Amino acid sequence: MSSTPVGVIGEFTDPNAISAAAKKIDQAGYRKWDIHTPYPVHGLDKDMGIKRSILTYISFAGLLFGITNAIAIQWWTSAVDYPLNIGGKPLFAFEFSVPVDFELSILGTAIFTVVGLFGLCKLPTWYNKYQDDESFKKATDDTFVVTIDADDDRFSAEQTAAFLTTLGAANVHLVTAP
Amino acid sequence: MTDHGQIRESLVLGNPSIRDVTARIASIVESKITIKYLLTLGFTATLAGWGLFALYYTITTGIGVWGLNNPLGWGWDITNFVFWIGIGHAGTLISAILFLFRQKWRTAINRSAEAMTIFAVVCALTMVLSHTGRPWLFYWLLPFPNQMQMWINFRSPLAWDVFAVNTYFTVSALFWFVGLIPDLATMRNYVKSEIAKKVFGVLSLGWTGSTRHWHHYEIAYMLLAGISTPLVLSVHSVVSFDFTVGILPGWHTTIFPPYFVAGAIFSGFAMVMTLLVIVREILDLKQFITLKHLDNMNKIMLATGMMVGYAYILEFFIAWYSGSDWEKWIFLNRMFGDYAWAYWAMFTCNVVSPQVFWFASNRRNIPLMFIISIFINIGMWFERFTIIATTLHHDFLPASWGYYSPTWVEVSIFIGTFGIFLTLFLLFAKFVPVIAIAEVKSIMPGAQPAHHHHDHEHDHVAVGSGTVTEKVH
Repeated sequence: MSSTPVGVIGEFTDPNAISAAAKKIDQAGYRKWDIHTPYPVHGLDKDMGIKRSILTYISFAGLLFGITNAIAIQWWTSAVDYPLNIGGKPLFAFEFSVPVDFELSILGTAIFTVVGLFGLCKLPTWYNKYQDDESFKKATDDTFVVTIDADDDRFSAEQTAAFLTTLGAANVHLVTAP
Repeated sequence: MTDHGQIRESLVLGNPSIRDVTARIASIVESKITIKYLLTLGFTATLAGWGLFALYYTITTGIGVWGLNNPLGWGWDITNFVFWIGIGHAGTLISAILFLFRQKWRTAINRSAEAMTIFAVVCALTMVLSHTGRPWLFYWLLPFPNQMQMWINFRSPLAWDVFAVNTYFTVSALFWFVGLIPDLATMRNYVKSEIAKKVFGVLSLGWTGSTRHWHHYEIAYMLLAGISTPLVLSVHSVVSFDFTVGILPGWHTTIFPPYFVAGAIFSGFAMVMTLLVIVREILDLKQFITLKHLDNMNKIMLATGMMVGYAYILEFFIAWYSGSDWEKWIFLNRMFGDYAWAYWAMFTCNVVSPQVFWFASNRRNIPLMFIISIFINIGMWFERFTIIATTLHHDFLPASWGYYSPTWVEVSIFIGTFGIFLTLFLLFAKFVPVIAIAEVKSIMPGAQPAHHHHDHEHDHVAVGSGTVTEKVH
C-alpha cells in the first residue's frame, strides 16, 4: 500500500536540548517545520529563527479605529446631527469625550488583537495533519515535539529522521497519510 | 533583585512532574460529579432562581415594588451594581497587573479570578439593567439611529458608564478565552470521553502548541494584559464619575476615582479569597494554591484596606477644610446620622479588621482569613450603601428628607445575584480547567532553558522536595 509521507516527528523533554536543537534545525536550512510545546518556552521562537510578529501593528490599528470612531460618533451625534442644549454645556468638547474615547480605543485594540491572533495562527483550524500521531498528542502534556514537514525542500524521510536523532530526539518516526 | 542566594518558597508544592500537573488539574473535569457538588449546585441554583423570580416580579410590575422613593432614587440597585463591578476588579488585577509585574504566583489563581470577574460583571449588568425599569429598552442606552432621531447624551457620566462596563465585560471575556485556549487543547488530548473530546476540540480551535503560534500568542497576551491594566483603573473611575459629576455634597469629590479603584481591588481580593479557600479545600488544590499565595493576597488586602481607610479619613478632613457647610454636615451625618450604623459597620469591617494581617501567622491562618474576607465583603457593600444613602436621604430642604429601607424584592434580587455568581462559579470549577495549566507549567523549576534566564532575572534550581532557590546572575 502506497502512503504519502507527511513529515518526521521527534520528541524532546529537556528545555535546554530543544533550544539547542531548534538552532541547529534552523541552521540546517529547514523552513517548513515546527516545535509544539505544552507551554511557551522562553527564547525558543528566536532559536527557531521566527521573525517578530506583526500583531502589534494590527493592535495599534485597532486602537486608532476605536478612538477615531469614538470621537467621530460623539462629535457628529451631539454637535452636527441633532444639537441639543443640555445645561448650557458645549455641544462637543474634547474633555468630556475622553472616557468614551478611552473605552472604545481599548475595545478596538482588544478585538483587533484577538482577531489578529486568530488570523495569524489560522485559528480555528479543526484539523492538523499530525493529529492522530501519539507523539504529537504529548505536545499539550509534557513533551516538546519537533515536526519537519515532508513538503520542505530539504526533506528526505531517512536523512531528516537521522538528523533529528543526532540532535537527541527520542522516538523519531515518519508520519504517513494513507 | 539584589539579595543573592535568597531562598524562596516554592509556588508548586510536592515537586510534581509536568505530567502530574496536567493530570492533577485535568482530572477534576473527568472526575465523577458527587452528591455534595450537586447539593451545593442545587442550593446556589435555588438562590439564583429566587432572585430571578424577584427580577421577573420587578420587571412585570415595575420598580415601584422596590423601597425607592423620593428623595432616594438609588438604593440597593446601584449599591449592588458598584459592589459587583468592584468584585470583578481583582480578577483583572491578578491577571493583568500582576502579569505585567512578572508576579509568578499569579498563575495559580488567575484563571479562577478572571472567571470571577466575568460572573461578577454579569451580576452587575443584571442590577443595572433591572434598575432602568424597562430593561427591554436597554438598547436606548446605545447610540443607534432611531425613529425619534435622538442620540444618547454623551455629556452624561451615565452614558460613559455604559461604554465602560460593556468594554470591561467584552475585554475580560476575550482575555479569559485567549488564556484558556492552550488549556482547552490540553483537555482535548487528555479526556477519554468522546463527547468531551469533541467539545474541548471545538473550543480549543485546533490549538497544537506550535511555537510559531506561541510567538503570536505571547504578544497577544502581553497586549491584552497591557490594555486591561488601564481599563480596570478606568472602569471604576468611570463608575465613580456617576457620583462625582453630580454636584451633591458627599459625592462631588476628586478623591473618588482612586478611592473607588482601591476599594474595588480590596473587595475583589476579599471575594477571591473567600472562594479560593473553599475551592482549594473541596477540589484539593493545596499543592497549587499554597499558603504563600494566600499570604500574598492578604498582604494586598492589608495594603488596599489601608488606602481605603486613608480615603475615609481624608474625606472628613477635606469636608472640614472645604469650608462648605453642606459638605461638613453631610459627613457628620454619615458618622452620627440615621445611617451611622452602616457607616460604622463599613469602618470596622474595612479598616479595623484587615489590621490582623500585619502578623505573618495571621496571614497564614486559613479560618481567620476566611472570616476577615467575609467581613471585607460586607464592609465594602456597606461602603457603597453609605455613599449612596447618606447623600440622598437628606436633600437640601428638610421637607424632602427621608429614610430608605429595601423591600423583600430588592433583598431577594441581591441574594439572587449571589446565587447566579456562585452557580456560574461552581459550573466553571467543575467543567473548565480551574488553574491555568500551561502557565503553571511554565514557571515550574527546570521548565525553561537555563541560558535564556538573563532576560528574566533569575533561574530556578530544585533543591529537595518543594524548595526552590533563586540565583541571580
